[in-house]
Amino acid sequence: MTGKPVPVPTPETQPFWDGCAAGELRIQRCADCGRPYFYPRPVCPACGSRNVEWFTASGRATLYSYVINHRPAPGFEDEAPYAIAVVELAEGPRMMTNITGLPATPEALELDMPLQVRFEPRGDVSLPVFGPAR
Amino acid sequence: MTGVIIAGAAETDQIGRLPDHSTLQLHVEGALNAVADAGLSLRDIDGIATVSAPGPVQVAHALGITPRWIDGTGVGGTSFLLHVRHAAAAIRAGYARTVLITHGESGRSRVGASRYRLEASSPAGQFEMPYGVFGPTTTFTIPVLRYMKDFGLTHEQLAYVAVAQRRWAAKNPRAAYRDPVTVEDVLASRMVAYPFHLLECCLVTDGGGALVVTSAERAGSFPKPAVHVLGTGESSETPMISQMTDFTESQAFRLAGQAAFAEARIGVADVGHLMIYDAFAHVPIYGLEALGFVGKGEAGAFIADGNTEPGGSLPLNTNGGGLSYTHTGMYGMFAIQEGVRQLRGEAAAQAGSPEISVILGNGGMFATAGVLVLGRHPR
Repeated sequence: MTGKPVPVPTPETQPFWDGCAAGELRIQRCADCGRPYFYPRPVCPACGSRNVEWFTASGRATLYSYVINHRPAPGFEDEAPYAIAVVELAEGPRMMTNITGLPATPEALELDMPLQVRFEPRGDVSLPVFGPAR
Repeated sequence: MTGVIIAGAAETDQIGRLPDHSTLQLHVEGALNAVADAGLSLRDIDGIATVSAPGPVQVAHALGITPRWIDGTGVGGTSFLLHVRHAAAAIRAGYARTVLITHGESGRSRVGASRYRLEASSPAGQFEMPYGVFGPTTTFTIPVLRYMKDFGLTHEQLAYVAVAQRRWAAKNPRAAYRDPVTVEDVLASRMVAYPFHLLECCLVTDGGGALVVTSAERAGSFPKPAVHVLGTGESSETPMISQMTDFTESQAFRLAGQAAFAEARIGVADVGHLMIYDAFAHVPIYGLEALGFVGKGEAGAFIADGNTEPGGSLPLNTNGGGLSYTHTGMYGMFAIQEGVRQLRGEAAAQAGSPEISVILGNGGMFATAGVLVLGRHPR
């Protein structure tokens, strides 16, 4: 049995994973044009500036879209069906995640519902997932 | 500007389940069939384009071709549309005279097929794979609930895409699935990734095909009617579905379409036949809107009203599409082949005598797009 995939940080993503380990959702924004963005990279995708900085996001998000997967990926056999979601952070950027603390049903998962980040151990990193806003 | 034509086009002898064909053999068989269709020999080919693996070097070598122009663009299932576009530019520049574009994929039997593997340190390996994604059924599908909520697309309308395409497939002896289905059948098929049922997902098959592209100055010197490449477009949007700009529309589809229509100097009213890469039932909906055939949010009803099925005003995916005809993994070659057949008047489910056929190809999960405007005559 294969375990769940464990992300391997690269130098430009390490601060994100360090944040997760500390229980914080740290993402980047452009110090010139002010736009927050995700996934981590050393250049602003909006204006091309290399003058970018890390900050701690609120962890608040809304449910943007999802599927409920019935054919589990390796390591997810015990969880199917499970939701693979994309959430929109309060700061704007979107990220893929899993939804925790709610049944994986269309009735329980309403688009635009408020969510809050949580962190789950995965191998040697902490993985951000989202559950109902407290 | 020098015109460019498709002078030869053919698929492998068979498509479907071909455990006695390697991926390379599917390229070779498609290539030989297309070169024969053009009435040429392999000695006439001086340009080669295909995706890796096996890639243009391997395919050229297997066929004994020494190319003076090579294109290995590999951006998913639409790559072959981009190859046509790049070949047109190369022919106009004088870099090649006669280009062979090949596709072969042992998608089902996996004979001599390379293994798809994503590094855990890649962006998708860090920010998508950990969440249990498992191929296109779990990623390409994610945008549609957003579209359904924002634009009122119903589960029944989504299912009807598969119903409409099965009506075309019923007329095509080479289609994998030909029995009629109803919306109820589609919604009763196994849930794969809500809201997608099995019959809203494409097939997984073995097969191949190839094209011979050359200068329009040679039109008339081949056994089959020339198909003119009137306009082309390409674009890319995102390597990860989670980073798609707007889940209710494909920017890459729109930009590639605008470029192709502008080059061909056509509008949607000029289009008599349309192919939209249908890995899943929602992709034709996104495609119809991105190309401007209908307004935003209107495509589901447009298909459900019968406009794209046999007898409708806009024949769409007339081979049965990836949902019912075949889908090797990189389906774009088969979409082009059907456009060529329709313009030649030799399709199994011939949709009248279209003057212009438009092909919209998708690569990855709304990652890339290519559009071809093909015509019976030069413009």
